[in-house]
Amino acid sequence: MKPFGYLRARSTAEAVRESSAHPGAGFLGGGTNLVDLMKLGVETPDLLIDISRLPLDQVGDTDNGGLRIGATVRNSDLAAHPAVRTRYPVLSQALLSGASGQLRNTATTGGNLLQRTRCPYFQDTSKPCNKREPGTGCPALEGAHRDLAVLGHSEHCVATHPSDMAVALSALDATVQLHGPDGERTVPATEFHRLPGDTPHRDTEIRAGELITEVVLPPRPDGAGSLYRKARDRASFAFALASVAAVLGVRDGRIEHAALAFGGLAHRPWRAYAAEEALRGAPATGETFERAVDAELAAARPLRDNAFKVGLARSLAVDALAELAADS
Amino acid sequence: MDPSRGRDDGAQQPGATGDRSTLTLHINGTEQTLTLDHRTTVLDALREDLGLTGAKKGCDHGQCGACTVIVDGRRANSCLLLAVAHDGARITTVEGLADGDRLHPVQEAFLDRDALQCGYCTPGQICSAVGMLGEAADGFPSHVTTRTAPVSAPAPLDAPEIRERMSGNLCRCGAYPRIVEAIEDVAP
Ligand SMILES: Cc1cc2nc3c(=O)[nH]c(=O)nc-3n(C[C@H](O)[C@H](O)[C@H](O)COP(=O)(O)OP(=O)(O)OC[C@H]3O[C@@H](n4cnc5c(N)ncnc54)[C@H](O)[C@@H]3O)c2cc1C
Ligand code: SF4
Ligand code: FES
Ligand code: FES
Repeated sequence: MKPFGYLRARSTAEAVRESSAHPGAGFLGGGTNLVDLMKLGVETPDLLIDISRLPLDQVGDTDNGGLRIGATVRNSDLAAHPAVRTRYPVLSQALLSGASGQLRNTATTGGNLLQRTRCPYFQDTSKPCNKREPGTGCPALEGAHRDLAVLGHSEHCVATHPSDMAVALSALDATVQLHGPDGERTVPATEFHRLPGDTPHRDTEIRAGELITEVVLPPRPDGAGSLYRKARDRASFAFALASVAAVLGVRDGRIEHAALAFGGLAHRPWRAYAAEEALRGAPATGETFERAVDAELAAARPLRDNAFKVGLARSLAVDALAELAADS
Repeated sequence: MDPSRGRDDGAQQPGATGDRSTLTLHINGTEQTLTLDHRTTVLDALREDLGLTGAKKGCDHGQCGACTVIVDGRRANSCLLLAVAHDGARITTVEGLADGDRLHPVQEAFLDRDALQCGYCTPGQICSAVGMLGEAADGFPSHVTTRTAPVSAPAPLDAPEIRERMSGNLCRCGAYPRIVEAIEDVAP
């Protein structure tokens, strides 16, 4: 690991100021991804600005009945929070399906959103990788890509975003609050992560020196239920092969509200707008669910070794919707 | 945490941009002041600087749980914690669980059930189990907790709950059945 300086930020303003003053600096949240990648030589900050003790560790109601989640709230505290468990179960379940008890105790909201891909070439500095070193190529296109993208990928990168939490935030229409050298701004969670295109080195819309200060959830749509389903290679403590976050509101047998997002399939949580379109106003039946999910997954372009993900995602989504409909 | 405490022996204090800092860790109730390279993890500080070799280095990447210790009351993978970021933290390792000659109930249960083979994963399993029992008592849910479980009550621990909550600790010897039994013995 490269030597680095360390600075414990005492305020958001100080963190942003120091980050702008040191282009080689990185923010340290829980460190469960950053320290890992520093050991691998993938991340090489010359200064760590520790933001883990900033007073951004609160979860609280917004004026309109939504929820405000500080950037340094630990994943385990967020998953256990009564407001999250009762009003946004999809978020609690997504968090609990990720990593391990130890890691969730350390990992933060901000760090979870900004964790990097688990593509094996990205993590191996002896290999080329457009995301790590723009212009060097993408060995995953022809190589080990069983776990990688089936939607929205490009010839430059076929990586997936590994976060479970981010998939739930996408389906919940959360917003990400950023504080940077030019002030504050808000980015919808659905647009926070990017598709790779020809600039795969940029995972998200965050700009240099910007700090995530909080994530805000809008109020839960009236009467809608939500849940998270994840398929992985072992029963626990593994990243998603495919996952789905579903929010569904049904009245008198008709779908009033539907939001669906897939994880493990793309460079960002894949919000299934085509499926939602087909769901809204339709009868809440298995046939509707299958038709809607198929409408979305028609866009899938699997690679040589990962076509299985499409069928897997389909089953997860249809089952999730059916379970929510049965509950309502 | 006051970053200016600790002795001044020429090392940079946290808040400066050198590559070493002086910091204090409270390990098993004893205050330890150390001057460390910023790259030092809590695991390396324990093992290399303090001679506490109970916490093990399995993978060094958060994937195995052998390095699990309890930091400010929560279990964590010490291989991914930078020591400098934990200035002031209270850390309990497997060496600090016993009360004098009286072993911690989880340690006793591991002995009673013979819940190990080579023993390499055991300190991490035990620290993880102690942390996990506290989380369940505090009502933390897990991935297998039913959706209808009450939100503020302690989470009941049956075998599937224990397996899920302990999934961050791998055992290459496959002693899992006995590990689960040992924890069931201690669970309320
Ligand atoms: C073995 C293992 C298994 C895992 N399994 C899963 C899984 O199944 N599902 C899953 O979703 N995740 C999984 N994870 C990933 C884990 O969820 C992330 O490592 C964690 O959420 C990152 O949070 P952190 O606070 O530790 O981030 P850090 O490591 O501190 O930071 C990550 C990145 O975010 C930046 N950053 C942190 N906070 C902020 C902020 N407030 N503003 C701006 N930038 C910031 C850092 O500079 C860094 O670039 C796993 C990790 C490991 C090691
Ligand atoms: S898929 Fe993306 S991250 Fe993986 S090797 Fe290709 S460019 Fe790198
Ligand atoms: S050594 Fe820390 S998790 Fe493996
Ligand atoms: S007892 Fe050998 S690794 Fe668990």
